[in-house]
Formats: sequence, structure tokens, C-alpha cells
Amino acid sequence: MKIMTCPLNGPRPVSEFHYWGEVRPMPDPATASDDTWADYVFNRNGAPGLKKEWWCHTPSNTWFIAERDTEKDVVLKTYFYEGDQ
Amino acid sequence: MPWRLLRFALNKKHPEPRMFTFHEKLKPSYDVVIIGGGGHGLSAAYYLAREHGITNVCVLEKGYIGGGNTGRNTTIIRSNYLTPEGVQFYDESVRLWQDLSEDFDLNLFYANRGHFTLAHTDSALRTMRWRAEVNKHYGVASEVVGPEVVKEAAPMIDITCAGHSPILGALYHAPGSVARHDAVAWGYGRGADQRGVEIHQQTEVLGIDVEGGKVKGVRTSKGYISTGKVLCAVAGSTPRILKMVDVKSPIYIHPLQAMVSEPVKPWLDPILVSGSLHVYISQSARGELVMGASLDPYELHGTRSTLDFVEGLTSHMLEMFPFLSNVKVMRQWAGMADMTPDFAPVMGKTPVDGFYLDSGWGTWGFKATPVCGKTMAHTIATDTAHPLITGFSLDRFRNYALTGEKGAASVGH
Repeated sequence: MKIMTCPLNGPRPVSEFHYWGEVRPMPDPATASDDTWADYVFNRNGAPGLKKEWWCHTPSNTWFIAERDTEKDVVLKTYFYEGDQ
Repeated sequence: MPWRLLRFALNKKHPEPRMFTFHEKLKPSYDVVIIGGGGHGLSAAYYLAREHGITNVCVLEKGYIGGGNTGRNTTIIRSNYLTPEGVQFYDESVRLWQDLSEDFDLNLFYANRGHFTLAHTDSALRTMRWRAEVNKHYGVASEVVGPEVVKEAAPMIDITCAGHSPILGALYHAPGSVARHDAVAWGYGRGADQRGVEIHQQTEVLGIDVEGGKVKGVRTSKGYISTGKVLCAVAGSTPRILKMVDVKSPIYIHPLQAMVSEPVKPWLDPILVSGSLHVYISQSARGELVMGASLDPYELHGTRSTLDFVEGLTSHMLEMFPFLSNVKVMRQWAGMADMTPDFAPVMGKTPVDGFYLDSGWGTWGFKATPVCGKTMAHTIATDTAHPLITGFSLDRFRNYALTGEKGAASVGH
């Protein structure tokens, strides 16, 4: 992966992007138990696979979602976030 | 020509025994199965056999011995960490390292070089002072030195780093050393093999059977093994194995790259690290400059290398050592580092009975090889965590009791 497609700016060198981790639903901090909260804060899905991730195109501060195969390093698609689906 | 060599010329068969016994088939059961034939796994097998008399052990390796991160690191050994847990743990490791060549009867080319962590800012210097005081408290040789000491130890350095990040001082750690990394795996492997441990290369683990919260057996590409105890020592593949036993962890994988230059005459004795410039460098016994930088910026389960890495690393390297501009890069490679949120490892028992972890070794695992083997062997044999590793348990995340080892990686993250 050397080029990534920003939904706003089109294909750009990957060095212009910043990776912000997998998209994960946040439990409600007011009602979550300590265990649920610790699980959310620390635990990650570390195994390889097809993942939905937060990325940011740094020069334009454009945040978006990328679907990426973390074993083959191939981006399948990128699009703007449209709420949790 | 040494006369011994004649034996090889005149003999039709290879006159020396192989380093490891080749085992055609797996036995149906073992007392302990170790996943991962790198330094950590083989070291655990060695100490299980030598110190606990447990020899019905098998080490499963997907590829070849020492072909993972054991053979991909930059071979630096040091103990100048930040937390008391870290300092004591790595200090024990350095002590074990010092006798290892004799222990194995194998030359590990263990070379004591001295280790400088360079400070280019006031805040970096403050952290160095902190680390030095923690180290001294635990009897580890560490001190803060001025730029003139760095210049004397490495006369070719541009102490101003091209004028824009002058070196203000450094943390000097006299026991800092380098060793031949694959020899470490072979030494532990041979020692374990001689004591009856079976090493199976080209054998991949496909699944782990757990019943009623206890390990029952391991499914491999060469058949089924029943066992009550499994040690996972697989570096960058830890999350895949954890998935097999359904245990959650904070471990995430980023590649770490490194490279070597063509061999040049010896000019650099100490090991130099600069967190601000994201550079570490030492010169190997063969004359190659062994260089590394920081982690790759995103998660990836592969070992590809990139031109970005070489460009970034060399540009900073030239700020420190401008005369290297004519030296060629010979090769580069990557390893998969299993990172943790507090830069400390994850070791010991897990929620699954009989499943032990030696993981989370991110960018700091090579130097810990001997002490990991020793403490994990103790943990497996007695089913209780060794006192040196109680601060590294998987439970610490659930209990919000992180270790905070900021001195872990030689280069800032």
C-alpha cells in the first residue's frame, strides 16, 4: 500500500495519512461495568483480517473510514463515516 | 588451514553431528508443548529441561529455528529501563547473558560495547536523569553524561546533528552489549535437544483444544498432540494464537523495520540511540552498520519493507554521521512486533488453565531471551508466576494497573 484514496482529495501517498485504529462501538461510560470499560479501553482485535479503520488525511484534516486487509496490506474501499451501521 | 577441516575433505559422510536431532513424527502426547521455536520458546524448553527436569517437551516451529523476530532484531542487550519491575527483570537477563557462551559451549560473540541514549532536548535529558536514578537504585550501571563524553566515544559524530538538534547529553549504560542473535536460538535449541526436548520445525499450529477452561491438546499440520500445558511464545503471531483459545488481549501488531549497510572498517564501538531522531546504530563484528528506527505507523501482519523507512532513517543518520553519505545500504527487512499499551510484556498465566503466555515483546524482546525462558519455565513447572514477572500479567489491564515502561523501546513511540 503506497497510495491511499482519500474520499475528498482522491489518491494520495500513504505518508500523508494517519492511522487511528479500528472502528469500535463505545459502551455507555455511565452504565458500563469496570470490566466492560477495561475491555473497551485496552483490548483490541489483534488478529489479522478485513478491518474497518479510522484514517485521517493529515494535510486537509479529512477523517474517513478505510476497509483494509491487514494481512495483505490492501485497502478495499474508503468512504466518509455515516453513523454506526 | 586447520587440520580439522581435512576430516571433512576425506570423509564421505559429514563427520560432525547435526546441531539438532531430526524427529520424523510427533509423539501422541507431551507434558508441555511450546509454540514458537525462537529464542524465547527454545530458552523456556532449555530451562524446563535443565532446571526442572521436565524433558517430555516439544517445540513447534512454523518455519525454521530463529527465523522470526529472533533473527530480525538489532541484537542490542541492555537493562537501563524506567520502572522498578523492568530494571530488575532486564538486569537478571543481562547477568544470564554474560555466562551464556560458556553455558552453551558456543560462541555468541557477546560484545560489551557501552550504550548511549542521546538527549537533544531538556525534557529528554530530564527523563535520562530519572532513568539513571532508578537504575542506580537497583545497582544497574547508568549515568547521565555530557556531549563531550559522547564525542570522545564516537569521534565521527556531528554533535550538533546538522545544527538543528544538538546533543545536550546522554544516558550512558556501560553494560550495553550486542550478541549474535541466531546463535542464541541455536545454543538454547541444542542445549534443549541434548536434554531430550523434541524440536519440530515446519510444523504449524492449527488449533488448540480447550475443555472446561483447561487445555486438552494442540492440532498441528503434522497431527494431533494431547497435552495439559501449552506455552505461546510466537512474537508477532500472538493474537492469532489467542484467538484459538478465545482469550482477549490488548496486543496489536505493527511491523518494525531494520537495515544494514555494507561492511566498513571498525569505527564505531558503542551503541548509539537517539529517540528524537528515531535512529539507533551499532557496528557488527563483520563491520556492517546495524540500524533501526521506530515502528511502522499502522497495523500490519506482514514483513514487507518500505523505501519510506530507508529514506527516513538514512536522512537522520546523515545528520548524526555526515561521512556515511557514501556508504551503501546492503539489505533491509521487517519483523512483526506485538505491542502493548504500556510498553511492557504480557507474561504468565491466563484465564485458560494450562495456557501460558510469553508475549507483548514488541520491540524489546531479544535482550530478555534468557530471563524469559527462565521465568516461564518456572511458571510452567510450578503453575505459579515467577516473582520477577508478576508485574507483567494479563490481569493488569482488567485491574487498571498498568506498568508504564516508557524506557522500553529504544526509540520513542
